[in-house]
Amino acid sequence: MAKHVDALYFFITAVVVFFTLLVVTLVAIFAVKYRREKHPVAVPIHGNIPLEIAWSLIPLAIAMVMFVWGGWLYFKLSTPPAGSMEIYAIGKQWMWKFEHPNGTREINELHVPVGRDVKMIMTSQDVIHSFFVPAFRVKNDVIPGNERYSVAWFNASKAGEYHLFCAEYCGTLHSGMIGKVVAMEPADFERWQSGGGGEGSMAASGEKLFQQLGCITCHRGDAGARGPNLAGVYGSTVQLSDGRKIVADDGYIRESIQNPPAKIVAGFQPIMPSFQGQISEEGILQLLEYVKHLKSQTPGGPETVAPNSNAVPGATNLPNQQAPLTAAPAKKK
Amino acid sequence: MPEEHYVNEDYGIRSWLLTKDHKRIAILYLISITFFFAVGGLMATMIRVHLLTPTGNLVSPDNYNKLFTMHGVMMVFFFLVPSIPATLGNFLMPLMVGAKDLAFPKINLASWYIFMIGGAITLYALVAGGVDTGWTFYTPFSTVYSNTHVVTAVIGIFFAGFSSILTGLNFIVTVHRMRAPGLTWFRLPLFVWSMYATSIIMMLGTPVIAITLSLVGLERVFHLGIFNPALGGDPVLFQHMFWFYSHPAVYIMILPGMGAISEIVSTFSRKPVFGYKFVAFSSLAIAVFGFLVWGHHLFTAGMSIYAALLFSLISFLVAIPSAIKTFAWTATMYKGSISYKTPMLYVFGFLGLFCIGGLTGLFLAAVGLDIHMQDTYFVVAHFHYIMVGGMVMAYLGGLHYWWPKMTGRMYPEAWAKLSALIVFVGFNLTFFPQFILGYMGMPRRYATYPPEFQVLHVLSTAGASILALGYLLPMVYFIWSLRYGQVAGPNPWGATGLEWKTTSPPHKHNFDETPVVTEEPYNYTPELEREARFV
Repeated sequence: MAKHVDALYFFITAVVVFFTLLVVTLVAIFAVKYRREKHPVAVPIHGNIPLEIAWSLIPLAIAMVMFVWGGWLYFKLSTPPAGSMEIYAIGKQWMWKFEHPNGTREINELHVPVGRDVKMIMTSQDVIHSFFVPAFRVKNDVIPGNERYSVAWFNASKAGEYHLFCAEYCGTLHSGMIGKVVAMEPADFERWQSGGGGEGSMAASGEKLFQQLGCITCHRGDAGARGPNLAGVYGSTVQLSDGRKIVADDGYIRESIQNPPAKIVAGFQPIMPSFQGQISEEGILQLLEYVKHLKSQTPGGPETVAPNSNAVPGATNLPNQQAPLTAAPAKKK
Repeated sequence: MPEEHYVNEDYGIRSWLLTKDHKRIAILYLISITFFFAVGGLMATMIRVHLLTPTGNLVSPDNYNKLFTMHGVMMVFFFLVPSIPATLGNFLMPLMVGAKDLAFPKINLASWYIFMIGGAITLYALVAGGVDTGWTFYTPFSTVYSNTHVVTAVIGIFFAGFSSILTGLNFIVTVHRMRAPGLTWFRLPLFVWSMYATSIIMMLGTPVIAITLSLVGLERVFHLGIFNPALGGDPVLFQHMFWFYSHPAVYIMILPGMGAISEIVSTFSRKPVFGYKFVAFSSLAIAVFGFLVWGHHLFTAGMSIYAALLFSLISFLVAIPSAIKTFAWTATMYKGSISYKTPMLYVFGFLGLFCIGGLTGLFLAAVGLDIHMQDTYFVVAHFHYIMVGGMVMAYLGGLHYWWPKMTGRMYPEAWAKLSALIVFVGFNLTFFPQFILGYMGMPRRYATYPPEFQVLHVLSTAGASILALGYLLPMVYFIWSLRYGQVAGPNPWGATGLEWKTTSPPHKHNFDETPVVTEEPYNYTPELEREARFV
């Protein structure tokens, strides 16, 4: 994306330089040519309507080109390509916490493979922060309590380390809330990821929470359950009791945990208590990742999420999308 | 000097503090905002010195945060917003429309007291320990997480807001009701048009900031849950409400400057302003469209794609009236008879800097590009080019231009030209490197920064010290001129406009008899040419 952003940048720079030079040159020429010593009597000219219309409409036309170009760019910037690799981020005073779906966690460092579209799914635990990687021309605020997660995506084209900044002022150590994005060749990235210390995949941690918090008692997936079956719900269209239809995305899952009465699924009673303040932001992300994995199984049923089948204690699996969903005892590190 | 004028008609501190004369109130404002400018400027200097090194050696991060917060609060609410309206506007509006005073002289005095109460409260917040939220007071940081004097500061700003509402009210009524016979709307000086547009924004916009900041205070004290997400509030709602005022406030800050530029460029070109009606209506267009673009401050704050596109479109539209004005000022010089007096030098400076400041706004209006630029030094440089490069240049130009009218004496021309040059050079050196820093990705409000940005920061700091000198010089020679300046006479520039038809300084009631206007604006007659002793 950086080169697309830069193309517009240089176009606008050219326009800015042109008009600034135009005005400055005209001012300089008039100031010299019509200086009082040389030109003691001014010619009273009141205006020239065609000229005034021209200098209103020409800038307007150029501005519209910029608008369309900038809008097109924005559209691309805010639509992560399908099949992007997802990484979760939480901003808090004053650090960035990242969690890969396989459970690898990082603080103030974000390792990504070169050449892959990476989609950041982000939220904040306290105040507003902003995820900013200048080299990728990407920025998005992370907002606490928002029913939507902030999303940003990029594709690192060259291996290397890039600045990661918090761009929204967030208090005392705002300027210390920095880190780096480490873009690695895919092979190096896999090696790095398999060496990282994780405690099971995010989905597996989410499953544990799902049981600990008792979600399973209502969302147990059979016909008589008091809560909707969550299997396959992610990404599907949900009919609400007030007649609306919505797509079950990240924000909907989050809101349904934090503020369940906001959107009640048709055919169910608003009996679920709010879990606001009882689950950490990480916990919600893990639950989210768990729900995403419940493609069509029954929650808590025989087919559950593989926590970590790797033989090395503490080592993590490859991204879970590829991992077989087989029953395995939860392993604690 | 005239025998009797507004300065010597009465003596003593009471005669000033209880005055209802718009000219004296203008002087009270002038002294007050110069003080606030000095406070804000001192903080800017400390910020720049702190940023000389990547690790920031002058103050702690907390104190750095307080410095940029109070710099912004002082400069925006206590200098830029009242700068031209409350000083030159107060002094000149009744003179320009041929009236004895503003419509509500007592309200005018009250507005100064309210302003000073607001200023005192805010200064108290400063000395009691400061505020660290940024002048933008973003929630939930300001309502929940900051441990500083947020409530005191928002109360101070709340007061200051009311003073500008009252000023706006006074100007609007004055322009509607108190114009001299024959002074039709299209005979008004363009300064009056721009002050009128400014007043509309002051009256419609300022209540919103008062409400918004009240809600911040109430949420902080009573935990209302308006902006705090933990209580069910929406932190981004604050940004919408804040910028609904604060973007139009940008036009409160620049429109009066545009008015001053129109007057100066005409006088020193000896020509009417090119395309009077386009310039007049472009002020109103800015005032109206200015209310519809606040969303461009929130492009990265989780706005829907379509809302962002709409705000982007309107932001481009609002650029057009400014372009019209710039071309009109340039064209005014065509076939003029141009003299390089200090106010005109400020016009030259203004045109260059306002071009850069205004046109760099195009980068930020293009939403796909703003994503990268938002909250970087590019934004800082952009709005300083408008606020300092545009507004402060226009303010200084206007101050030099009307100084003989306000005091009856000329400022020292050579010193003034020197300081105009210093301001121009210092300003560019301070802020141009910040555009580059911004595109490289330097975020704003950073007390420390990666070492590769240091060279540009050092340049910027060097520029700031030159700029500071450029601002100190006028303070010295203006005071000097009060005693030693040449006597100006009623119309030293041979300018049009009713303010030049009375003595310098004017007496208490401005005119001996109500003037009657029979000619079109900016009509430079041979008689005026003869009067123009100092052009």
